[in-house]
Amino acid sequence: MAKISKKASVAARAPKITPKLVAAHGLKPDEYERIRKLIGRTPSFTELGIFSAMWNEHCSYKSSKIHLRTLPTKAPWVIQGPGENAGVIDIGDGLAAVFKMESHNHPSYIEPYQGAATGVGGILRDVFTMGARPIACLDFLRFGDPAHPKTRHLVAGVVAGIGGYGNSFGVPTVGGSVGFDARYEGNCLVNAMAVGLVQTDKIFYAAASGVGMPIVYLGSKTGRDGIHGATMASAEFGEDSEAKRPTVQVGDPFSEKLLLEACLEIMAKDCVIAIQDMGAAGLTCSAVEMGAKGDLGVTLDLDKVPCRETGMTAYEMMLSESQERMLMVLKPEKEEEAEAIFRKWGLDFAIVGETTPTKRFVVRHGGKTMADLPIKELGDEAPLYDRPHVETPKPPVAKAADVTPPMPNAEALAKLIGSPDLCSKRWVWEQYDHVILGNTVQRPGGDAAVVRINDGPKALALTTDVTPRYCEADPFEGGKQAVAEAWRNLTAVGARPLALTDNLNFGSPERPEIMGQLVGCIRGIAEACKALDFPVVSGNVSLYNETSGRAILPTPTIGGVGLIEDFTKSTTLAFKAADEAILLIGETKGWLGQSLYLRDICEREEGAPPTVDLAVERRNGDFVRGLIGDRVVTAVHDLSDGGLLVALAEMAMAAGIGAELDAAPFAAHAFWFGEDQGRYVVTARAAEAGRIEARAHAAGVPIRTLGVTGGDALTLAGERPILVAKLCEAFEGWLPAYMASGVP
Amino acid sequence: MNSAVLVFPGINRERDMARALKLITGRAPAMVWHADTALPQGTDLVVLPGGFSYGDYLRCGAIAARAPIMDAVRAFAARGGLVLGVCNGFQILCESGLLPGVLMRNAAIKFICRDVHLRVERSDTPFTRGYNAGQVIRVPVAHGEGNFVADEETVARLEQEGRVLFRYTAPDGSLDPKWNVNGATNAIAGVVNDKGNVLGLMPHPENHVEAALGPTDGRGLFAGLVDHLAKAA
Repeated sequence: MAKISKKASVAARAPKITPKLVAAHGLKPDEYERIRKLIGRTPSFTELGIFSAMWNEHCSYKSSKIHLRTLPTKAPWVIQGPGENAGVIDIGDGLAAVFKMESHNHPSYIEPYQGAATGVGGILRDVFTMGARPIACLDFLRFGDPAHPKTRHLVAGVVAGIGGYGNSFGVPTVGGSVGFDARYEGNCLVNAMAVGLVQTDKIFYAAASGVGMPIVYLGSKTGRDGIHGATMASAEFGEDSEAKRPTVQVGDPFSEKLLLEACLEIMAKDCVIAIQDMGAAGLTCSAVEMGAKGDLGVTLDLDKVPCRETGMTAYEMMLSESQERMLMVLKPEKEEEAEAIFRKWGLDFAIVGETTPTKRFVVRHGGKTMADLPIKELGDEAPLYDRPHVETPKPPVAKAADVTPPMPNAEALAKLIGSPDLCSKRWVWEQYDHVILGNTVQRPGGDAAVVRINDGPKALALTTDVTPRYCEADPFEGGKQAVAEAWRNLTAVGARPLALTDNLNFGSPERPEIMGQLVGCIRGIAEACKALDFPVVSGNVSLYNETSGRAILPTPTIGGVGLIEDFTKSTTLAFKAADEAILLIGETKGWLGQSLYLRDICEREEGAPPTVDLAVERRNGDFVRGLIGDRVVTAVHDLSDGGLLVALAEMAMAAGIGAELDAAPFAAHAFWFGEDQGRYVVTARAAEAGRIEARAHAAGVPIRTLGVTGGDALTLAGERPILVAKLCEAFEGWLPAYMASGVP
Repeated sequence: MNSAVLVFPGINRERDMARALKLITGRAPAMVWHADTALPQGTDLVVLPGGFSYGDYLRCGAIAARAPIMDAVRAFAARGGLVLGVCNGFQILCESGLLPGVLMRNAAIKFICRDVHLRVERSDTPFTRGYNAGQVIRVPVAHGEGNFVADEETVARLEQEGRVLFRYTAPDGSLDPKWNVNGATNAIAGVVNDKGNVLGLMPHPENHVEAALGPTDGRGLFAGLVDHLAKAA
């Protein structure tokens, strides 16, 4: 790849199209033949570049599309499903939430700070392109084994990059997830989610309309950065990933902030027919999408494109991924007004083309036609693959009776709570401004972030979640569980889950076992979405996350959004007072397969993951949401990684209040650490507990009393009490110590 | 109270500030663009809000300090007008010569966002009359460059003249390096100029003004200003 851009930058002289050059563009021989047949001739060098940009995996979804079509995307409150810059849902009062999650995995591994920063920038642009002002960001991150020499460098760079961009842009980063596994060595995950607010009658779309309308270029100038970024992101890494650093773009959050304000201002002044941000594959992708979606042709005059460097070729301009740029179809009579707004904000504004009736995508440069292609076919005729896939063999269920506890449960708890996956991520989120805009009701560290909508009383609940080890063991159950857990997170703060965005991170789709993971996870996601009325409204697929043949854990990240009618009713996980009843909602069988207890305490990675009964999930969640709405519970926490005892410890640590716990009804280690699904812990004033139990019985929801809050220790029947302060030390200690030291 | 909030390109806490001012003073502030050359007639308080003016490229606050509107702010301050700079606003005031010292990178070299405890050093100023001397308040910080530094002589003078209004402390009000969030000299979080009418403050009182969202310790600063102006009028 580096070879082409070097050649192209030496002179405008276009290289000859050879099989080698085609291969270097990431196009397979049969894909190239398809191009020749489509246009009836050999493509020019610029045209080859355009096809490689449009037909790579990242932009065309060619391996995943036929499976993505099976996902439920509709509900009465869905205004816009997948296919636009972001999904849009109605949240009442004439307002809509606009959101999407997108990966920046490959660039973040190569250049962590800029890779992560531009990931945040890209997803923010997707949201404000639709006319929405961003109100929150979340970041789902996965890194390799902490002991790997590169992990610390990646964590430091990615976190600084996310903070560096989001803090300067001025959006609170309110949630996310950080985890570690050796399988992410060589391919870290950076999935950035942004959420914005817009009036339902002021939403802007990408489809152009009207012939002869001016196409305007907005924002920063075009440089040679990021050329072939999308193609790079559509290939696995080898030993040479370092050499791909020049394909990573450089972010400028200051320009993005100006672009946001300028765009919202011209939108408010009704200057815009259609608008599209320049993300992956830059000018090419945005121009083609605007034309194709509007059934129009587009002619671009590259001599008008504001450039940062001299001597850029058509090829380079069409493939540059320089950041903070937009393309817009302008209402012609508003040209002067729109230009004045952009000049005020110190941004470039140039008319670079127009819409045409021909349905051709024509690119002119230096008086020559550099490309002339059928615009619809560029997108619609991209190859679609039903790649061979094999189902992951179902692992046997691990029986609790076959797991001998290697240490007392209190000791296991202390060890788990101070482990890389379960420890506090404060070191990370304190580097993100999470209070700016003055609407953060629940800060990071809870089940879901809660962000007030304008002056309230409504609020949005936001979360990102997935359990990759479950997906690896059983993609279908893992996919289901990811959706159910996001739904549960939102429910635990009192929200009604409305819709989700998904970010599907997998290895190479050209391997049938990996393709089997993707297909299985999508099936599971679809089933859970249906059962929970929780549709997918936007998303992103990131494939080829593998290095030298070793793939990441299958990681279909779910970003969930829910609505809270009155944020003052939302609950947090911290115990609120001593002498309150602790109640467990949902059934506990002691499922240890694929649990963190089995992995981190027994050092066994085995068994089937817990299954999710979606009807039970829904019943239990609706029950808990009802309790929250009636203000009868004082704290709520959903159960996930680490099981019941870890959840109780988190509730105790958040409050600095201990608890006295009753004896486990069966094998204590399985009861306390099993990861059975569809469960919550709630607390209530002692007088209220009986009434809650009666309500649960009436609703057919399993409930059991676990003990009472109070004291300064967690006390398990028959074991030595553990001081909450000791737990906090382990919980808060690991990550800062790891990041500060040379040794894990 | 008529307040004016300055908007430099890249500033991003101007909405938080405007909202807090409206909530507490009952009047929405005028939003004044950096390229303007005059403040609105009858301005009682000029606020330089937080953010990343001009991306904080070059040096935090250095470019904003030279914006056209700043001449009007300097003239306003010279006439004794009240000026409040928060976070990036504090950095701009230092760069523009309205306050001494400079805000360096945090001692830990990282951006940091968390609630901190501030001890209010005196209550007999327009900015602190809403608090008691010695009172400890809880407000958030969100900055990468908040480590106040000045030459020894300047620091000695600031201390001697009682111009340090806020200091980072432990929750009980005691000085402790562990609670000095950014390593600032003498744990200085907020200082005034020699006339006492220009305050620079790193933490964000404007983000702690609503009970529904948490602590309301930031209210005192704005309420005190309203009180001061009412008494002066």
